Amino acid sequence: MKIELRARPFDPLLELGFYQAGLSELQGRYGATAIFIGTMRDGNDGEPVRGMTLEHYPGMTERHLQRIVETAHREWPLLDALVIHRVGELRPNDPIVLVAVWSAHRAAAFAACRFIMEELKSKAPFWKREDTAAGARWVEHNTPG
Amino acid sequence: MAIQVKYFASLRDRLGRAEDRLDAAAGLTVAEVWAMLWPDTPLPPNMLTAVNMEYAEPTQIVHDGDEVAFFPPVTGG
Repeated sequence: MKIELRARPFDPLLELGFYQAGLSELQGRYGATAIFIGTMRDGNDGEPVRGMTLEHYPGMTERHLQRIVETAHREWPLLDALVIHRVGELRPNDPIVLVAVWSAHRAAAFAACRFIMEELKSKAPFWKREDTAAGARWVEHNTPG
Repeated sequence: MAIQVKYFASLRDRLGRAEDRLDAAAGLTVAEVWAMLWPDTPLPPNMLTAVNMEYAEPTQIVHDGDEVAFFPPVTGG
């Protein structure tokens, strides 16, 4: 299990490949890997967005991400999980978050991946500030689903 | 007792600072910590509160050395 905050851009597919290559003890056991990648769009609420700052609460953010993943491990028969989330300055098309879970079967993998993502969005203390032509604005709420 | 207070995101911008330190008598709730620091500014609706990095109700009692945080709804992911 790995949970990381990153202050620099990252390539989620490379990260996923490296991480899975390191799961040698699990080879032959996982039949399902579910992944979610969140990527920054170039507009929001009908306005172009040029960049974004992701603020977090150091300590509390990591603690809650850890707890969310531990809860998923209790709820579903997972073999492993990986969460990487950006903080700091982002540009459109930069990946924001990667969630990957490994399980024997797809039902647990899909459900746990969705659970981790939804819990992260509602509980992990991150805040987005967007840079638009009209100036900076804080995102007030997440889009449903 | 001494309480460390933190503000994040739009709330911090609105208040103009990220931290406060409060020396007060024991037995205050989270809501009373806010009221002592910002007597003329009601806590904006839908703000969230945490004590020692755990979500807390405004009625929770704080203790010496606690870290209390106030912040808007989270928008990560």
